[in-house]
Amino acid sequence: MARIVVVDLGMGNLRSVERAITRAAEDRGVASEVVRSGRAEDVLGADKIVVPGQGAFRDCAAALAGELGEALREAIRRGKPYLGICLGLQALFASSEEAPGAAGLGVFRGAVRRLDPGAGADAVKIPHIGWNRLEMTRTPEGALGAWGAEAPHVYFVHSYHAVPEDPSIVVATVTHGPNVVTAAVARDNVTAVQFHPEKSQGAGLVLLGAFVAA
Amino acid sequence: MLAKRIIPCLDVKDGRVVKGVQFVGLRDAGDPVEAARRYDEAGADEITFLDITASHEKRGTLLDMVRAAADQIFVPLTVGGGVGSERDIEALLDAGADKIAINTAAVREPELVERAAARWGAQAIVVAIDARRVGTDEPSPTMGAPPGEPGSAPKPPRWTVVTHGGRRETGLDVVAWSKRITELGAGEILLTSMDRDGTKAGYDLALTRAVADAVRVPVIASGGVGTLAHLYEGLVEGGADAALCASIFHDGTYSVAEAKAYLAGRGVPVRLGEPRRGGS
Repeated sequence: MARIVVVDLGMGNLRSVERAITRAAEDRGVASEVVRSGRAEDVLGADKIVVPGQGAFRDCAAALAGELGEALREAIRRGKPYLGICLGLQALFASSEEAPGAAGLGVFRGAVRRLDPGAGADAVKIPHIGWNRLEMTRTPEGALGAWGAEAPHVYFVHSYHAVPEDPSIVVATVTHGPNVVTAAVARDNVTAVQFHPEKSQGAGLVLLGAFVAA
Repeated sequence: MLAKRIIPCLDVKDGRVVKGVQFVGLRDAGDPVEAARRYDEAGADEITFLDITASHEKRGTLLDMVRAAADQIFVPLTVGGGVGSERDIEALLDAGADKIAINTAAVREPELVERAAARWGAQAIVVAIDARRVGTDEPSPTMGAPPGEPGSAPKPPRWTVVTHGGRRETGLDVVAWSKRITELGAGEILLTSMDRDGTKAGYDLALTRAVADAVRVPVIASGGVGTLAHLYEGLVEGGADAALCASIFHDGTYSVAEAKAYLAGRGVPVRLGEPRRGGS
C-alpha cells in the first residue's frame, strides 16, 4: 500500500486535499494510505509526497526553514515523487517578491513574481480567481499527461506565480491579461501545479489519480 | 482566458434548503449537502451556502453541513450568513469552506475584513454587499431648462448599502464602499441588488457595471436572474466575473449545462463539461 504524506506546513486546512487524493485513489482502484504530517521523518519515510499550501510565502518559508525543508530537499534528491500544489509549487523556488528575504527550497532556479494587473483593455483582476484553460507548452510526461489530447479548465486562486530560469521545466501555462502564468512545472520526480486539483472537479481528480497510481 | 463562473446559491435555514431544489431523482429536495453534490456533478463552477438561521445556538448545524458538503464536492465552497468574528471564520474554514462571505459585520467593523485577509489571504474573504438604488436613470426634473441644456442631463443612478437583509440603511455609497473594502483586503465582492432580488427581472446592470469598474477584484453579480439572457447581460454588459443564481436552477427551469451552452454560444468564455467518451 502506497503511503502518501500530505505535508502540513501549518498553513490552513488540508482536509480537501486529503479527501480529493483519497477519492482519486478509490476511483483508480489504488490502495493507498493518506497521512498528514509536518515531521521530517514522515517525509523521508513516505512513498509519495504532496505539498499543498495556501497563504503567504513568508509563512511557508518559515515552515521550511528547519529540518522539514531539509527532509523535502533530501526526498526530492532521492527521487521520491513530489506533487506541489499552489504554494507547494512556489516553495520549490528560491525566493518570492511576496516576501523579500524569505527562502524557498531552491530546487528550481527562478523567482516567484506578482501577477501584473495590466492596464486599459488588457486590465485583469488580481487575485487570478477562477477556471482557466491550460495551454500545454510541451508534451507532458508523468501525471500531467493524464488528460490526453484536450487540456482542461482548472481552478486557480493566486496573486503570484513562479518564473523559472529554465523554461524547459514549464509544462503548462494559462493567459491572464498581460501574464503568461506558469500553471505546471515538471522535472524528473517533481511535479507541481499552481492551480488546485482538489477544487478542479473531474480534471483535478484525474491528475491526482495519475500521481497516486504512477 | 479566465472563464466566467456560474455559481448556484443555496439559502439554508436550520440545516435545510429554504427553497427546495428540483433535481431528477433527488431523494430530499431540502438536503443542502445532496443539492451541493448534485450541482458539483452538474458542472457548477463553485457552490455557495448562505445561512439565514436566526439563532446562534444552531450554528453547529451549519458547521456539520459544511463539513459533510466539503467531503463530497470538488469545487470551491463559499459560506456566508451571520459571520461576525474571526472565530466564526476560522470555524467555517476548518469545516472545509474555501471562502467566507462577510456582510453586516464588514459594515459594523471593516477592520475585521482587514485582519481576516491578513490572516487567511484575500482569496478566502468575500465581502457581500446588499445594494438598494437611491438615484434614478431618468433625466432630473430641472425646472425651466429646455431639452438639450446642461440641466437636463441624466442624473447617474446611486446605490446605498443596506444590511440585515435589507431592513437597515447604512448611508454608505455602494461604489465607495466597494473600493474601501477591497483596499482593506476583500478578495471578491458578492454584489446583490435588493431591488431586483426575487423579481426575475434581470440584474441591475448599471449597479454591476459601476462596481466592476470601480474595484480590481472579481465581482459576483446576484439578484434578479430569471432567464439565460440575464446571465449574459450580467457577465457581459454588467462586466461581472461570476453569476450567482438560485431559483432558475433550483426550480429546474434550466440546468447549469444549459446555461453554459447558451453563454458559450454567445461567445462568453465558460468552462464546459468534459466531453463524454464514445459518441453523442
